[in-house]
Amino acid sequence: MKIRSFRGGVHPPEEKITSSLPIQEMPLPKKVVILLSQHTGAPAKPVVKVGDRVKIGQKIGEAQGPISSTIHASLSGKVVDISDHSHPLGPPSLAVTIESDGRDEYHPKIKHNNDYFRLHPNEIREIVREAGIVGLGGAAFPTHVKLSPPEDKWIDTVILNGCECEPYLTCDHRLMIEKIYEIVQGLKIIAKTLEVTSCYIGIERNKRDAIKAMREEIRNEANMEVIPLKTKYPQGSEKQLIKAILNREVPSGGLPLDVGVIVQNVGTALAISEAVRKGRPLIERVVTVTGKGIKHPANLRVRIGTLFQDLIDYCGGFRGRPGKIIMGGPLMGFNQYTTLVPVIKGTTGILVLLKEEVVEISERSCIRCSRCVDVCPVDILPNLIAQYARKDRFDWAEEYGILDCMECGVCAYVCPAKIPLVQLIKYAKVQLTRATGGTGDTGVTGG
Amino acid sequence: MSQKLVVSVSPHIRIKGNIPRMMWDVVIALVPATIASVYFFGFKAIYIILVTTFSALITEAIIQKLCKKPVTIFDGSAVVTGILLAFNLPPGIPLWMAGAGGAIAISIGKQAFGGLGHNIFNPALVARTILLISFPVAMTAWSPPRFISFDALTYATPLTALKENSILTPLKDLFLGNVGGCIGETSALALIIGALYLLLRKHITWHIPFTFIATAGILCWLFGGAELFRGPFLFHVLAGGLLLGALFMATDPVTSPTSRSGRMIFGIGCGAITALIRLKGGPPEGVSFSILLMNAFAPLIDRFIRPRKKARVKRGK
Repeated sequence: MKIRSFRGGVHPPEEKITSSLPIQEMPLPKKVVILLSQHTGAPAKPVVKVGDRVKIGQKIGEAQGPISSTIHASLSGKVVDISDHSHPLGPPSLAVTIESDGRDEYHPKIKHNNDYFRLHPNEIREIVREAGIVGLGGAAFPTHVKLSPPEDKWIDTVILNGCECEPYLTCDHRLMIEKIYEIVQGLKIIAKTLEVTSCYIGIERNKRDAIKAMREEIRNEANMEVIPLKTKYPQGSEKQLIKAILNREVPSGGLPLDVGVIVQNVGTALAISEAVRKGRPLIERVVTVTGKGIKHPANLRVRIGTLFQDLIDYCGGFRGRPGKIIMGGPLMGFNQYTTLVPVIKGTTGILVLLKEEVVEISERSCIRCSRCVDVCPVDILPNLIAQYARKDRFDWAEEYGILDCMECGVCAYVCPAKIPLVQLIKYAKVQLTRATGGTGDTGVTGG
Repeated sequence: MSQKLVVSVSPHIRIKGNIPRMMWDVVIALVPATIASVYFFGFKAIYIILVTTFSALITEAIIQKLCKKPVTIFDGSAVVTGILLAFNLPPGIPLWMAGAGGAIAISIGKQAFGGLGHNIFNPALVARTILLISFPVAMTAWSPPRFISFDALTYATPLTALKENSILTPLKDLFLGNVGGCIGETSALALIIGALYLLLRKHITWHIPFTFIATAGILCWLFGGAELFRGPFLFHVLAGGLLLGALFMATDPVTSPTSRSGRMIFGIGCGAITALIRLKGGPPEGVSFSILLMNAFAPLIDRFIRPRKKARVKRGK
């Protein structure tokens, strides 16, 4: 059988050193810092005051507007501070700090729902919204929005994303082995909510145990199929996954729902299952703490808001001199300047690279070898666009499809001249957004 | 945290390869042909290669010093230019001429445009062409290889022999390189070995060499004989500078188009012009002119051949 995949992409060393380590429950931290902006869209508004006592699962941040997400307390204890705190994805933003009372008490509203299969799709959407679930693959897009496609879009397929194509990360891999029943329940709930009949589970072929376990689990499900995919980055990107599994192409500037597909990460499916069946909001997630700079790499289940430092300490601290601390994988992850940032809903991993692994790169001029063009999964010309960005010709950059770029980083990864292609593209995108007021429309005159 | 952390934009890992490694890989790929040139033309060949290479290196260093740019002669690119130029020179060339060629290649062919990555034309071919026009006699001073096996017109290249005397050189001699010609172009075997190495290391793709050689070969097969479809296909593929040009000169990334389909158009163009010059033109060989001409078209090809555009969703406005 032909292995399904997409055009372009790269296969960096996998480095999945934690793939056989079971998920460990991390002991409760003394305090958590829960950022109110952990998702794509508007930040939540705090609904607690300093001094309030909160219980696990209690709402502490109310979603603002249609694209936003609810935030819950992940510890029982006292709210000690509501102020700006450093954020792993950008400038400091508002956060609620809760000090643990050590009792680990759940809010009384959290209870199991044994009748969950009788729920109306709209009730499920409401539960998902209230549970503050966002895409757990890293992008953190509010899930209830994805589950509510516009009336005029016909959705016929759900794809469960178990690719985990970034090197090092293994949290989804472990979940697919340890929480397989819950994940499949979550998938069923998603399928029911969207009233679709065909479900695919895409898993890269380097996770053979997960493919086997998943096939075993769904052997009696007529409308579900496991699709083994080529191990290639960025296989786990929505549009590339849809292309690989269904051979449908999401149009430029469009969304998966434009081709009738909704993609959900396996971790998100688990969270949906927990919320719908057990009433649990999203207060914890699995984080892969890994890299050569970590003494004992591990897959940890941690409360949202736990500081990176606590996770690193639990894993035995640093080994050697840390050079880079990254939230996420090495290709798209965000570099951190401190370990005092909290885990957010989109934290897939904490990767610590050794000082020796971080090589300072001297840039040379482009020799037009076009490797970036060959590997680009969205068929744009990174070399040319980067040149335009450097010349501040953002209008040309847009004409050549800069807005199709998802910043997967394969171009910069392969560039023999070590040109910071992603950096230049990001810069041009920001400038474009500024010039057009966020619509990304043409008619920009540069600068 | 007392230690300082590095902060940068993703991606946080990069491939190990870089431009100097690529260039030195090309140098490695040229070793078999270098050995063949010494084998067939004696030590004169190695002198020519050394002279052009050093002249290229020194010229690059001087110009970069004068322009107050970082001196990058160890990135291997000038070495590649030097060797390729030497490969395009006849064994009988005076050494001072070869040295001048190296200086021309780097100064006019490369640095005048801004250095590595900015030149429009292949620097080695620029120098060869200037030498050919300036010293037509010395540049066609063919001397026979050491083991010449047939006695017809020993001083000519196979293509001259064909054009002027209608003599077909045996294919075995062409394949091994036991014929007259520029020092690096004669041994098809050595060139193919080197090119396979580059393909394996993914420094070149098949697009340009295949289309170039196939187009030239097929056109010569079609129109190169007494009647249609009677041309000597394999002879034209192996003779002259076609393999050297298609495998090592036209594949220069700087002066060829970026897209795969663009590269194929480029190769077809090179092949067609080569066949045209070989069959209808004045000079017996046209590989270098064809590459230079297509170099000029590369930006234009890039302009029109874009990656397939996806359907666009109308944005709300």
